[in-house]
Amino acid sequence: MVQKIAKTTVFLAGLFTISILLFIIFYVLGRGIPVVSLGFLTKNPTEMGRAGGILPTIIGTVALMLLATLIATPLGVGTAIYLTEYTRESRLTRLIRFGAESLAGVPSIIFGLFGFVFFVIYLKMGWSILSGGLTLAIMILPTIVRTSEEAMLTVPRAYREVSFALGATRWQMVKTVVLPTALPGIATGIILGMGRCVGETAAVILTAGSSLRLPTSPLSPVRTMAVHFYILAKEGISEKMAWGTGAVLVISILIINVIVNWLVNRLISRRIPR
Amino acid sequence: MPRSAQLGLSFITTLLLLGCCRVEGSEGGLTLAGSTSVQPFAEMLAEEYMRKHPGSPPINVQGGGSSAGIQAAETGTADIGMSSRNLKDKELALGLKPIAIAKDAIAIIVNPSNPVCELSLEQVRRIFTGEIINWREVGGKDAPIVLITREEGSGTRGAFEEMVMKGSPISLRALRQDSNGAVRVIVASDPNAIGYISLGIVNEQVKALRLDGVEASVGSVKRGEYSLVRPFLFVIKGEPKGLAKDFIEFVLSPEAQELLAKEGLVGID
Amino acid sequence: MFKEKLIGYVLSIIAFSAIASLALITFFIFREGFPVMVKVGPFDFLVGRVWAPSRGEFGILPMVLGSIWVTAGALLIGVPLGLAVAIFTSEFAHPTIAQALRPAIQLLAGIPSVIYGFIGLIILVPWIRNYLGGPGLSILAGAIILGIMILPNIISISEDAIRAVPREYREGALSLGATHWQTIWHVVLPAARSGIIASVILGMGRAIGETMAVIMVVGNSLGIPKSVLDSATTLTSNIGLEMGYATGLHRQALFATGIVLFAFIMLLNSLANFLTRAKR
Repeated sequence: MVQKIAKTTVFLAGLFTISILLFIIFYVLGRGIPVVSLGFLTKNPTEMGRAGGILPTIIGTVALMLLATLIATPLGVGTAIYLTEYTRESRLTRLIRFGAESLAGVPSIIFGLFGFVFFVIYLKMGWSILSGGLTLAIMILPTIVRTSEEAMLTVPRAYREVSFALGATRWQMVKTVVLPTALPGIATGIILGMGRCVGETAAVILTAGSSLRLPTSPLSPVRTMAVHFYILAKEGISEKMAWGTGAVLVISILIINVIVNWLVNRLISRRIPR
Repeated sequence: MPRSAQLGLSFITTLLLLGCCRVEGSEGGLTLAGSTSVQPFAEMLAEEYMRKHPGSPPINVQGGGSSAGIQAAETGTADIGMSSRNLKDKELALGLKPIAIAKDAIAIIVNPSNPVCELSLEQVRRIFTGEIINWREVGGKDAPIVLITREEGSGTRGAFEEMVMKGSPISLRALRQDSNGAVRVIVASDPNAIGYISLGIVNEQVKALRLDGVEASVGSVKRGEYSLVRPFLFVIKGEPKGLAKDFIEFVLSPEAQELLAKEGLVGID
Repeated sequence: MFKEKLIGYVLSIIAFSAIASLALITFFIFREGFPVMVKVGPFDFLVGRVWAPSRGEFGILPMVLGSIWVTAGALLIGVPLGLAVAIFTSEFAHPTIAQALRPAIQLLAGIPSVIYGFIGLIILVPWIRNYLGGPGLSILAGAIILGIMILPNIISISEDAIRAVPREYREGALSLGATHWQTIWHVVLPAARSGIIASVILGMGRAIGETMAVIMVVGNSLGIPKSVLDSATTLTSNIGLEMGYATGLHRQALFATGIVLFAFIMLLNSLANFLTRAKR
């Protein structure tokens, strides 16, 4: 009897929670999609965002995300390759791994603090795409290193040994055996990083600024969609425009997720030995 | 190559990269940063200026609060800092020049549903120190007062502390918000809240209290009757040059001042 | 052969540069924050009850308490509910429903925190104010929103852990006469324990580090909170509010707060490593 109660409670709790989660998705999309139109996506904002579109923020979001990813991915994957394939396990590598793991968990606000003091003020880059991109790159670097490393560590030793036995050099082995096998895990880490860039707000305001103008150079300040949503919503400037921005954000994330899942599936199915 | 040499080389490379990254100035545009009270007006003026001078380099406006703006002017992160309070002595000593561009008042706001319409300055002070904690003590409903204040770096808060608190500390129980707009949103939705914002952005969602019998309006500010008046300042390090100089001249021109007056500020003359 | 050496060399430069930059930031944070802790005294800093930078007082106890209350609340809400959903999708639900839910959960994990924060501000805060009392902007609001935000993480990782439990365990229990629920409670969950605990620790880390959503709903007052309906400030939201204008000692105090957060995360990570390693 107790069990029936337990089972039903868990069942209902699960159902309840799922409905809350689904409610959130539908709420954002429901309030936001009616606002989104071609004009919304291509026009500049006017009256501090009360009217017009959100084009500069879309460009800002893409610019920051691309810059951060383009810097952090080669750095992160390269580091992971070096640590797993080119060095032996030692206290140093364990220390580095622990450091990367800790930094991956450090709140993003701290990276924002660092980026503000170091890039914006000390290196005199000002509030700019450059400052923001570099800060975000450092923020997602530990995550990419860690997930890439984990992915590569799960590649069975046998694969590597067979490759060597066939006469491959270390790099050939990495390029043709380890990387492709570890690719889904590596891709996941990169996507996680990209998602973090899109959603980050406090660190971005402090390093990339919150200007609504179209950026003209890497040194231009820029506003991202997440920042735009925050400012519009919190200051009561325009709830309508805020939700429109929110809907665009959610749909972009949905698209990124779909693409990634498709990519990962394709890569996995290609790699599974027949 | 031995490990230590690799390490050394990468370290040096990194330093070199960072060293030559020290960028001087931005791409020719103008950056204003600081007071969230001044920000919407600066934005409006920037838009107007760029409309009249198509092809002008972009003018970017940024929030952060008066103290942040003053600091940004000092470090050069911004070309012009925006402040809604007077500069402190130690700030003036750093070579910062304040240029008054308008006068604004601080309005004490409550929710429109609050029956209280008028308070004395002394009452406001005692409310914000936490001495008065219930609305019925000042003629309102029997409900606890919810204090909304700004963060410490805010010029509005600085001006409020100077003119109203006069040295008494604001209660630690006050809820901190980081901009005028946010304070207005909270007061508009909480029937028991009280806060202070720039008069220029008071709208129908909140009610501005009469202070010591004086209405909070542009008229009473102009007539010198309303006491909580503070300057909107552009803060510059040294002498304004180039685009900064042009923009400041525009802001001080009669047509720009008229625009500001239309928006609820008082021009300087 | 030369190409090999070159590639190896390039990789080492990449690795050292990356590690150098990460070390730089760690070093920077500690260098900025440590002097303050020494100057104010670590004890006075950590347990000081008053945070008033303009008067030179830097006690972070109100924020430490705020973070603890909000995170604990978030876990109390997020873990049971998340587990319930994980059990629901792996044990009760029809496979197609579970399959359909997965992208939704993945999407929710990616939604920016400011959106959660704003929904909290316009739906949850007024509700708390009208039905439970207080200003609405409260620890409770923060805990609920954070709890909801960590749900996707807890759900997906716990679900993986539950699914990873070998079929034989379940079948063994059932063949011995156990009911479905008994199997879940006494066999599956204990077997998935390390994965579930990992998800909880991850959720805790995320909850502690969240800034924007918290700033929007928690009220940010500096008093010592006495009930969940009180407003409070967390370590992260304080940095977020004051970062823009803090200079000198004040800014260093914010970095010192960052050190506290850093230290806490390192502790959590060590704990997580210890637990997962023990299981292996």
